[in-house]
Order: sequence, then C-alpha cells, then structure tokens
Amino acid sequence: MSESPQTLTIQQDSYAHLRGREAMDTPSRFRNRVSKYRVFRSSACTACNKCAELCPYGVHVRSGDRMLRPREAFCIGLACRSNDFYCISQCPEKALSMALNPLFETMGDARWSADMILATWVMAETGDVPSGGLEYEFGRSGGGFDKLAFDFPKKPAISLDEEEIDLSVELNRSGDEAERISIDIPVYGGGMSFGSVSEHTILGRCIAARNWNTFTCTGEGGYIESIVPFAKHVITQVATGLFGVREETIQRARIIEFKYAQGAKPGLGGHLLGDKVTPQVARMREAVAGSSLFSPFPFHSVYSVEDHKKHVDWIKAITPRSLISVKVSTPTDVDMVAVGSYYAGAHIVHIDGSYGGTGAAPDIAKKNIAMPIEYAIPKVHKFLREEGVRDRIVLVASGGLRNPWDIAKAIALGADAVVIGTAEMVALECIRCANCESGRGCARGIATTDPELTELIQVDYAARRLSNLYLAWSKELKRILKRLGMRSIRELVGRTDCLMRLRS
Amino acid sequence: MPKKYHITAQVMPPRFAPVPKYSMIEKEGCLGCLQCAKRECVYDVYKNRKFDPEQMIDSIDYLCKNCLRCIQGCKNQIISKMCNPDYQALGDEYWKPALISSLWDQATSGKIPVSGAGYRGPFSGPGFDSMWTDMSEIVRPTRDGIHGREYISTSVDIGRKLAQLDFGPRGELLSVAPPLVEIPVPFIFDKLPFGVMNENVRTGLVRAAEIVGTMLVIPQSDIDWKLMAHIDNIIPLITALTPIREHDAASRPQTGESLLGEIIARARMIELEDGPDVAKQMAAVKGINPSVVTCIRMPASKTVAGRVEELTRSGAEVIHIIADWQGEETCDPAETGHAAPSPRFIKEVLREVHLNLIDKALRDEVTIIAGGGIAMAEHVAKAIICGADLVGVDMALEVALECRMCKRCLHGLSCPVTIEAVDSEWAALRIRNLICSWHSQLIEVLGAMGIREVRRLRGEVGRALFFEDLEKEAFGDVRIAPDTYYSTR
Repeated sequence: MSESPQTLTIQQDSYAHLRGREAMDTPSRFRNRVSKYRVFRSSACTACNKCAELCPYGVHVRSGDRMLRPREAFCIGLACRSNDFYCISQCPEKALSMALNPLFETMGDARWSADMILATWVMAETGDVPSGGLEYEFGRSGGGFDKLAFDFPKKPAISLDEEEIDLSVELNRSGDEAERISIDIPVYGGGMSFGSVSEHTILGRCIAARNWNTFTCTGEGGYIESIVPFAKHVITQVATGLFGVREETIQRARIIEFKYAQGAKPGLGGHLLGDKVTPQVARMREAVAGSSLFSPFPFHSVYSVEDHKKHVDWIKAITPRSLISVKVSTPTDVDMVAVGSYYAGAHIVHIDGSYGGTGAAPDIAKKNIAMPIEYAIPKVHKFLREEGVRDRIVLVASGGLRNPWDIAKAIALGADAVVIGTAEMVALECIRCANCESGRGCARGIATTDPELTELIQVDYAARRLSNLYLAWSKELKRILKRLGMRSIRELVGRTDCLMRLRS
Repeated sequence: MPKKYHITAQVMPPRFAPVPKYSMIEKEGCLGCLQCAKRECVYDVYKNRKFDPEQMIDSIDYLCKNCLRCIQGCKNQIISKMCNPDYQALGDEYWKPALISSLWDQATSGKIPVSGAGYRGPFSGPGFDSMWTDMSEIVRPTRDGIHGREYISTSVDIGRKLAQLDFGPRGELLSVAPPLVEIPVPFIFDKLPFGVMNENVRTGLVRAAEIVGTMLVIPQSDIDWKLMAHIDNIIPLITALTPIREHDAASRPQTGESLLGEIIARARMIELEDGPDVAKQMAAVKGINPSVVTCIRMPASKTVAGRVEELTRSGAEVIHIIADWQGEETCDPAETGHAAPSPRFIKEVLREVHLNLIDKALRDEVTIIAGGGIAMAEHVAKAIICGADLVGVDMALEVALECRMCKRCLHGLSCPVTIEAVDSEWAALRIRNLICSWHSQLIEVLGAMGIREVRRLRGEVGRALFFEDLEKEAFGDVRIAPDTYYSTR
C-alpha cells in the first residue's frame, strides 16, 4: 500500500515560483515558430537597419553588420500595407517581400481556424490577445458561435474601469450545507485523465487553476500523487469505469463530477488504447499494462433519476461538504436531464456539446451524435427558468468553446460558466493533428504518457502558458463587459438581447 | 436469439498510394547537422521513406501525420508543407476529398475512423449535414455499442407485409404471408450511376455481397450463366420482359431454355423499372416465380410520393427510390434528361414519401429502399430515420476500389486507377472492409440512440435533431444583424 498515491502525505508545494497572475513571457518550445506570413530578405539588403527602425512589432533585428532572419511570427502581414511603416514598400533596396506562408494554409480546420490556433499561441505566450493580423473571434464553421456576434451599444450605459469588473462565479447556489465555492474566472478545466495526457500537462493545469482560483479535473484516470498539493483546485471525476475512484480521492475533492456522458462520444463510453496503458497508468487505474481500457456507457447502476440520486447520496455520505457536478451530453431531452439532476441534489449541471472533446472518438460520433453546445445552452437555461430552479443551480457548458468571445457568447446564451479542454491543449502548442490516440500518443508531448515524449513539455512551461491564457481571456472578457456596460459577468447570463445572428 | 452478425475485417492494402492531403517541401541549404530534426520523427517517417518510381510518389507525404516537429525543429528552416492540389481536386462538392479519403481508409482497414481533438468540420451543411442523430442519457436500457454484450440487430426484411392476419371461422389462418427477403445489414449494393463496372468489378461486388450477406442489383443483360451460381446475392433488374409477355402470364415458360426464365425462376428478389405497365410485369414475374419479391425502381422526383402511394395500393411489395449520385432529385420521368428545377435532397423526398404513406395508413405494407448520395455510414442511419427501410449503396463501393470520382469515365477516358483491371477477390475484400466499418458505425449510432434494432429506426425522427428546428428553438429570439454591422467590420 505504501506505493499507493492515495496513502502518501501531502507534499510541499514545490512550484511556489509559478504563483501569481502576471504575464510571464513564455515563448514557443520549438525552435522555429509557425507564422502566418513569410518575410523574405533578398541579397540586395545592405543592412541599413531602416526596416528595424520602422517595424513596431520587432520583425526585423540587426546583429552586428547584418540583419537577422525576419521574425515572421510577429508580422501582421497584409494588414500592414496601409501603414507608413510598411517595410516592404519602405525598403530603399527593395530587398524585402512578404507572402502568406503555405504552411499556414495546411493548418487548422473549420472550427479551429489556423488564425485561431496561432492567436491562442500568442495569448499563451504573452498573456494578451494578438495585436493584429490574426482573426480569433470567429472560426470558419459557418454556424453556432461563428454566426453569433455581440451587438455593442455605441456608448455603454455606464462607463467602467476594467479593474472594477468582476468575473467571479459562485458554484453553490443551492443554499444547502455544502461549501460555498466561488471561482475567480468563469472558466475551469475539463476532465483529462492521466493516460490521455501527460503528468506534466496535468501539473501545469493544476498550477494555472490554483493561480486563478479555479479548478481542473482529474478525468477518469485516477488521482496522481503529484497533484495532491493542488487538491483545493482539483475536481475528482467519477465516471462509469470508476478508474481511480477511492474514498480518499472523493474526500479530498471540493467538487465531485459525475460523468454520465461526454460530448465527443455521447452514448459510447471511453476507450484508452492498450498502447497508452503504460505500467504507471495501469497502476493508477488498477488495471493491466498494455491492455485496452473501456469505460462503459452508461453507468450500469443508473437507469433513472432515482438511481442517480442514490449515487449522489453515496458521495454526500462520504463527503457532505463537497459540491456535486453532473456532466451530461446534449441529447434532445437535455433540459429534462438537467432538471432531474437538480432535483437529485446536483449543484452544477455540466452540459458537454457534441463538437468538442479532446480525446479520441469515432468521427461519426463527433459529427452526428447529440446537438452542438450552442443549441443546448439556451434550451437548458430556458427550461430551468420555466421550472423556477434556474437560480439554484449552476449551468456550466463545454464542448467546442475556443476563445473569450465564445465564452461570452455561451454566457449570454444562458450558461453561468464554461469548461475548456482543447483550448488548453492548443495553448500548449497542440496543432490539432488529431493523432492523440495512436501509438506513443501525441508527437508534441501533450497527450502522451511516453516517457521520452513527456519530456517535451516542462511543468514550468505548461503552467505559465496556461496561466497566460487565462490572463488573456480575462482581459478580453473584461473588455467585452466594459463595452456592454456590465459590472459583473453574472449580469451577462442569458442576455440574448446582447447578441445578433449573422447571415450565413 | 440468432447468432450475432459479425463481419471480420482484415487489412487489404490499396494498389495505389493514397492521395495525401499535404505535400512536404524541402529547400536547399541542409547544414548537415549531427542532430537532425528528421531523425527525431516520432512516426519514423524519414526512416521508412521510399520513392515509388512507378507512381512517381514519395512516401513521405502520406506517412507524415502532420505533427510539424521537423518543420519547427530544422535549424536552417528548410522543411515546410503545403496543401496538395491533387487532394483538393478529388471528387466534387458532394463527394468531398475528406469523404473519399476516409472511405479509402475504411476499405483498407475495415475500422471505424477515429481521431482526437474534437470535430473539425463545418457547423452544419446541406443535405444530410443539416441533421444530427440523438443519444439518450441515463434512463434507457444498457447497451455498449460495438464492444457490447447486448445484441443490436441491423437486419431488415424486404417485401410486403400484411396489415393484419385474417382467420377463418374455426380459427384457421386464412392470410397468406407474402414472400420476404431478410438481409443482415440495412443496405443493398446498387448498380452504379457511372464508373467502371466490368466483369472483374461485378464478380468482386457479388462476392462481397455473399460475404456480408446482402445483394447486388445487376441489369439482366449483364447476368450470364456464370453469375447464376450466385443468384441468391443478385437482384436482377429486368428491363425487357417481352419474351415472357408473349406467353400467357399464367402459363409458365420453359425454364432452362432461356436465361431470363431461369433468372426469374431462381431469383429471391427482382427489380423492375417503373412504367405504365409495371403492374402487368409484376404479375408476369410472379406467374413464373410466386416466391420472388418484386421491387419497383423509380427516380426520385416531384411526383414520387403520389406514385409510391398508388403503387402501394395496387400491391407493390418494395419500392426503390433513386436520387442522383449527389442525393438530389433527378427529373420527372416524363421529361427525362433535364435536371429538376430546384431539386430536393433525398432526405426531403423520403420524409414526404414516408409521411404520405403514414397518412394513408399504408406505410407498413411496403418496403422503401432509398438510393443515391449514400456516401457515409451516417447517411444510412439518416436515410432510415427519414423514412427508408434500407438504402442502396452505389458510388461508395467504387470509391472502396480507389475510385477518385474524377469522372473521366463519363467522357470515355481511361480510369487513372485502372479499376477495370482489379482482382475480383481484392475488390470483394475491400468492399467487405468498408461494410464492416459501416456496420460498426451504424451500431455505434444505434447504441447511442438507445435503439436495439435498425427496423425500429425507420421514420424515428424523434431520435434525430434537425437544423431548422434547433436554430429556431435556440436562436429564434436573437435578432438578425443589420447590414450596417457588416459594413463596419
């Protein structure tokens, strides 16, 4: 038993130096950055340094008597043409030229455009949104969030300072004896198990969650010992396979999340391929290394709301002060499910839309099964309101939320807060190659348990990038609220009058 | 309980390298670093790199999994990638490159396409992309999809069904049950709207139909004595019934002398083209072989719902409604050769046909087969939800044989992947793999919907979500952006 992570005493926090919310410049861990534009310097260059003097973004740098290779990632590209500091036209030797990077065109997809991936990298690096040249508000999916925009008043009703805008969300509104927990930003991290992502990734998420007084979630892979010091900010997930669920891991958590279904594969259960079940993962899950692990669907002990209540009561008996979150997918009767969860004693109902998800899932499920989150939020919000219980439960949405604008739109549609997963992966320089599931796992070291690949990401890097991402998002959310003249994110909940539909 | 239906797939490699989505590019200027970024490739792409002089293809483009590590790691930045124009040129606006390449993968491996990091496609789209299938959360019976312990049936019965049974005064059964054909998957293989269909391909398709237990529609003129051995898996499409009509329909012609007579006498199911005298033809066929199931084949058109009702009333057993290869209504039978004005998609056509039959209390008597534009496993489920009993698969089978939907064959040009020269056994196993993958995917969606057999899926729109309804319900109270919004952005 001495090896069991649950019997270890809580260790000292060895990541104290990563505390704080200030921006911590954290550049790419790869040698060459991916840029949207390519800037070429021909041999006609005389290193006169004029371009370096002109460019406010720091693309051009002289070193000694020659110019360095242009730092293309900072170039704002074609948007710069109208500026009087546009280096291409200002170069006395006509030695500079610029074009769209063909590599950029190979990246991204309809939901996560290449622009959005690169913009997320900038946010994770600098702690603020990019200064120009990258479209991060809308993707190219042609529907949902990408066809919703804010209708800002010309002048907000009250003029506010960004300092006085409040982004915190209360997670226990039931008025029962459980703990009153509030998070400082309307975002927390979704369940990503040890096994699906690396230990360094998990630790980074925990540190960022601590810095922002919010939460991250174990997923269904057990509670690794190294995150015990962050227990105040870790949600323990109880899913159908019950991997890693023990009395200690339940008692330790301030929030327990029941995962009934997940958006990416609603109704299908989870599947961790044998390749990724390393001895360490197997020990954590109390399983055999190398053999595939299935989480069935659904809970084979839950076929009614009453059965669900029995589950909730078990948890409450073990840990009466913890909040209960119920994670469900978005079928057509998701509104009934939400109300049922409320009456069974849930504090949080977490709806996970069909277009999100981080793990491997059948393409047919991702595309087809259950509705996108954009539809589910207003459906559940309105129904809870009609039932007269909206004020007593927290509605959390996830599944394909990519950026602060999506978050604001989700809240305006009726959510109280959101849960994210993929955006965090992208902040750690995921490029969405979609090969998370095969072989040794993620070639970029994020979603892997391969010892060598895990080393591609260091805890400091992960923590800083994620903390920066949260910083950039909260800055942008405050700017949005300021333009709307709202003092708190809670004022935005369900305000569909602030939104407009764009034509397709 | 009958034995669990199962298809065992085995990798069946393609003859040609798949068209990769991206191409690697490498500039001159290698510094010869000892620690080369290429050596660190997680997928050993550079180690396994080969050049195929036959096809003039570098394996690197299709082995690469786009992690970009070599591109981001090369010290002199000489490696990059770009979109492959050959890939973008695959297919058309319906048979998109991603769809074709996914079908190729399924035919190679027989596995369900799986990927990480969420859905990557457009939010919704025309045709089948404007609907979603549902799932049920906690309150339905247990099921575990393809890994399951419980049996999800995908078999369907083709034929006419009695609305009720009639009994005599002493309780004896008076009704005579019409003949039924049961197949274990809800699709038949249809003849192709275009593409290569020679003896090799046909033999392969029939063999595949045999393996998976379904049937292939073959025009009567293409059936020879050799194919007669596989008649259980063939649905002959009878176009020229004149030799029979010379006889009195009641008096059976001398079978064994004419191939056509033999075909009709031994087939389990026969297709007839719709036409003014189709009822007579049906009677003639039944006269020869009363146990055959007859199916009337008709194009999807504006008038199809009325015609289906009329035929059902006059005793039609099965109706096969065919849209074009992109799933759209073709034309009125009267004005052939012209595209229908603003053609409807097969999904709308099916809903109209299905609802009309329900209104007239006829739906359960007739079997509806839907064909045209069935390009993915999800289309099978969606067509059935919209009202078909089963579907006909056509071009997807050709794509399993590496067809690129380039349509050169429509212009009489040669096939770039020489489908005419395929080995029949290879073709059969590729198609078996594709069907294995589709069957598994169908079970996945049925499992998620909480439906235990595909028969119950027919017309189950309550287990589907439609774009128009959801938009209205979710965003109905959100105003439309004024034109000024676009001008200020």
